[in-house]
Amino acid sequence: LSTLILAEHERGAVKASSLSVVEAAKCLGEDNSISLLLAGSGPSLQEAAAHAASCHPSISQVLLAESDKLAYPLAEAWAKLVHVVQQKGSYSHIIAASGSFGKNILPRAAALLDVSPITDVTEISGSNLFVRPIYAGNALSTVRYTGSDPCLLTIRSTSFPLGPTSAPSVCNAASVDKVDLSTLSEDDAIGKSKYISLSSQETDRPDLGNARIVVTGGRALKSAENFRLLEKLAEKLGAAVGATRAAVDAGFVPNELQVGQTGKIVAPELYMAFGVSGAIQHIAGMRDSKVIVAVNKDADAPIFQVADYGLVGDLFEIIPELLEKLPEKK
Amino acid sequence: MRIMVAIKRVIDYAVKIRVKPDKSGVETSNVKMSMNPFCEIALEEALRIKEAGRASEVVAVSVGPAQCVDTLRTGLAMGADRAIHVEFPGTLYPLSIAKILKALVDAEKPGLLLLGKQAIDDDCNQTGQMIAGLLKWPQGTFASKVVLDEENKVATVDREVDGGLETLCLDLPAVITTDLRLNQPRYATLPNIMKAKSKVIKKLTPQDLNVEIRSDLEVVQVTEPPKRKAGVILSSVDELIDKLKNEARVL
Repeated sequence: LSTLILAEHERGAVKASSLSVVEAAKCLGEDNSISLLLAGSGPSLQEAAAHAASCHPSISQVLLAESDKLAYPLAEAWAKLVHVVQQKGSYSHIIAASGSFGKNILPRAAALLDVSPITDVTEISGSNLFVRPIYAGNALSTVRYTGSDPCLLTIRSTSFPLGPTSAPSVCNAASVDKVDLSTLSEDDAIGKSKYISLSSQETDRPDLGNARIVVTGGRALKSAENFRLLEKLAEKLGAAVGATRAAVDAGFVPNELQVGQTGKIVAPELYMAFGVSGAIQHIAGMRDSKVIVAVNKDADAPIFQVADYGLVGDLFEIIPELLEKLPEKK
Repeated sequence: MRIMVAIKRVIDYAVKIRVKPDKSGVETSNVKMSMNPFCEIALEEALRIKEAGRASEVVAVSVGPAQCVDTLRTGLAMGADRAIHVEFPGTLYPLSIAKILKALVDAEKPGLLLLGKQAIDDDCNQTGQMIAGLLKWPQGTFASKVVLDEENKVATVDREVDGGLETLCLDLPAVITTDLRLNQPRYATLPNIMKAKSKVIKKLTPQDLNVEIRSDLEVVQVTEPPKRKAGVILSSVDELIDKLKNEARVL
């Protein structure tokens, strides 16, 4: 077994979701040599490479692809990069995290390699046997890959949490090798897409995908101003803020806060839903949370069927009371 | 410019699905089927582009069993000019669909190919990216805004990504996959449903397009997800805080 991980990095470090991919790769079987592919340009790539080499004991090699063509996450160049690296390395598996980055690039790379990718894997039962949710998580499909190498996967990082062995170690630094990019520009699609901008909201709160606690608001919050109440609660708990599709569509919060089948999949230790009715598409995005709390005026709301603790009542009374009575975060 | 839209027939989004007792899949007989909601959004976007005078024709295509014709009729009733049905009764995975779509693109030469970002049955989220790769066209996935500039032959696409909204500029022809917030699809009106009956649906098979269907995937079983244990309804905030601290130990 040999696995190539298509990794993401940010501010000179490998993203936590990409380290979850290492955990997933370990589930494929014994004797799996794991290589991490990092691409981009500039000094932050070098920093990320140094981080990658020593951040996880299971990484045996870091591959570095430095090119202006890879400065932004454009699928055309990145999919070709995967193709180029595969032709050199003949990996048995290529894996990325199932975020918007991996979902955009990996299927395109699979088409270039003429293999079927398996996306959104939540469980690995062998080197070619995988479980993935279908129908918004209302069914689980076990899929066997019967094709030739490589087998391409995207994995849900919440299903492969970082284990205690993932603590930074200095003892076994992986080798860092440059990728030969001379054949990258063979793909005519490269250059046909241009990156213009990314607009995002700067926040001090933890990242929604990795937060230990998530507080989510639905349409019942009624306005963007009322979401501030939820943000205050999040600050007190050290939590991330999420939202339902209805709340995003109503313009209360930006799209990146959406939790659900087509938004972010979260699995925090504590998920608190305020004024969330519990549409199946929303539940698909949070059903793996360890403890779920639901606060809703409607005692018949479906969210109560998945909640460990429910409170039937007016969130505009309950949130202020929580703010007053909750202990300060540590 | 011609726009091609790929649409998929799926179990209606409002139906509560049932896993078959023999674990071979999800029950689809006697279940309401509809156009995949993301495909409706893709078709709506194509129709709006045509209505704004930026496209001459909208062609809806679907790959699958005989009943896909019903879904294509819905697309024609929404406003597509004509349709192509590539009939195949068996299981198809996105790679085969992408190869069939590539053959259709080679024949029809659209300037833009629109697809939903994923189907709500298998939730794969792959076909658009794969066809773009096969065609060597640029791709704009998860689009929440599309602006065409015919003069410069480019499309500016806002994409819903994990970090916020990403804006890309794509040379045409391109593949765009649609996200939920791109538009609100129209309903087919009765006169348009009647009109759609006389529109043409061309029939093809994968063999006609010289596409060999082979599969490198096998569904071993489909099961129900583990149920969450029923929780308790509490009576006060104090009780909730106590439970979270002392029973669940998450605070």
